[in-house]
Amino acid sequence: MGFFIEVLFGGFLAGVLYALVALGFVLIFKASGVFNFAQGAMVLFAALSLVRLMEWMPIPIALLVSVGIMIVFALVVERLVLRPLVNQEGIILFMATIGVSYFVDGFGQTIWGSEIYTLDLGLPKEPVIILESVFEGGVLVNKFDLVAAVIAGILVTVLAVFFQKTRIGRALRAVADDHQAAQSVGIPLRDIWVIVWSTSGIVALVAGIVWGSALGVQFSISLVALKALPVLILGGFTSVPGAIIGGLIIGAGEKLAEVFIGPSFGGGIENWFAYMLALLFLLVRPQGLFGERIIERV
Amino acid sequence: MTAPATALLDVNNIEVIYNHVILVLKGVSLKVPEGGIVALLGANGAGKTTTLKAISNLLRAERGEVTKGGIEFKGERVDRLTPNDLVKRGVIQVMEGRHCFGHLTVEENLLTGAYTRGDGRQAIEADIEMVYSYFPRLKERRKSLAGYTSGGEQQMTAIGRALMSNPTTILLDEPSMGLAPQLVEEIFEIVRKLNAERKVTILLAEQNTNVALRYAHHGYILENGRVVMEGSAAALRENEDVKEFYLGLSASGRKSYREVKHYKRRKRWLA
Repeated sequence: MGFFIEVLFGGFLAGVLYALVALGFVLIFKASGVFNFAQGAMVLFAALSLVRLMEWMPIPIALLVSVGIMIVFALVVERLVLRPLVNQEGIILFMATIGVSYFVDGFGQTIWGSEIYTLDLGLPKEPVIILESVFEGGVLVNKFDLVAAVIAGILVTVLAVFFQKTRIGRALRAVADDHQAAQSVGIPLRDIWVIVWSTSGIVALVAGIVWGSALGVQFSISLVALKALPVLILGGFTSVPGAIIGGLIIGAGEKLAEVFIGPSFGGGIENWFAYMLALLFLLVRPQGLFGERIIERV
Repeated sequence: MTAPATALLDVNNIEVIYNHVILVLKGVSLKVPEGGIVALLGANGAGKTTTLKAISNLLRAERGEVTKGGIEFKGERVDRLTPNDLVKRGVIQVMEGRHCFGHLTVEENLLTGAYTRGDGRQAIEADIEMVYSYFPRLKERRKSLAGYTSGGEQQMTAIGRALMSNPTTILLDEPSMGLAPQLVEEIFEIVRKLNAERKVTILLAEQNTNVALRYAHHGYILENGRVVMEGSAAALRENEDVKEFYLGLSASGRKSYREVKHYKRRKRWLA
């Protein structure tokens, strides 16, 4: 039992990391209906900026400057990519984000370098044993994972309140539903896009910090975005809580599958298990667990 | 010109081109007096929607552009502003086909209309109640997702949403589209009430000539991107050509469509 719980916990915590990346996708998709292929590249870019800036200045200032860089990035994307493509099909915007993705990958490594950098923000890393009173021997977890989970929790709460309760949040959802109608009631699309890309950039920075601390800041971080795809399909492209729940299910699912089902297949199923789960989900519930209902009036 | 000289909204000989090649409006002029209800009539593709979008500046998002002429609101040129600027100045468009935000509740839809306002929560809440007093049905459905409400309720939501911006002028595009005749009357009654009680100026684009001319004070008839006729609503209702081509009546009573003679264009200001 203790072992099962330990695997489950490990899975959940890996899932939190996937969820952090998925969140960035959800934000942009929710507010503009664009699937932002560049999210992974943004995570890498944000993490690289932070880690290199930290060589020059104290951590809090480096963090602030990184946030500033992501906001400038949002402004540039709006001006150079989104504005000229206003009112185009979703697929065209998607192609544009692929372009942005390659550019950011290259640009980031050109100015910040392409080695592997260690990111040390002083987050605790030692393993601890929790729940000793409940199970014999307790459950061994990494303190760092717990910190990541708390960060993700705070981020999700803030974003959910922002979307549901604030005037800007409502405007973001309105833009997602109908660009033109949003414009007709006086919601300025440009400002909204800058806001949403900035928010998504900041989420990318948080994801970059967490992933970078765990793996080191390196190119492979941008590939983590691929793991966010099944999370999105499970949780729904438009749901902030869905990104978290989806992340947890995928994380726990793949670890449990690897440990308990894997041996009968000869192991190594962790890498494709998530995608298979997503495929099954697409067949049954294409909008995901918490995605917006597909409204059909009859 | 029968319209009064002091126009709130003055569209002066505008030409609109989509995608740099498609000429849609070939010189449209119209005046909307303060507190009036002006109807823009005509068949599909005549240019009614394009005229409204040129005024509200939603054209640019569709790659359309006003290439000649100008639009003045309260004596100020407005054709280079953004839709956001125009809403702030009190001009808002209710788009054809309602365009409610389907995944937002009815009340959230109304709140989005207040986006440009900065006069505080209390004033906005008071205005929501005002909208509910005009559309009691919306109050019952305030918590439903707009996407699941009926066509009539969506039209009410769309008009209510526009009212939330505290407008002086509403550009109303085809409010009768897809609605039962009874509901059309209901909506037009409310429009008339809004005009009388809240002094909202209305520029209305309609295909339903019959209803529109009963509620409007003044009318313009568009054909192929040109104004071919204008006059007071009463005069247009009595005009033989309008009767024949838009109201389906003629001197000899109902006629077979085969006998309808080809329309003699009346170019009032170009010819």
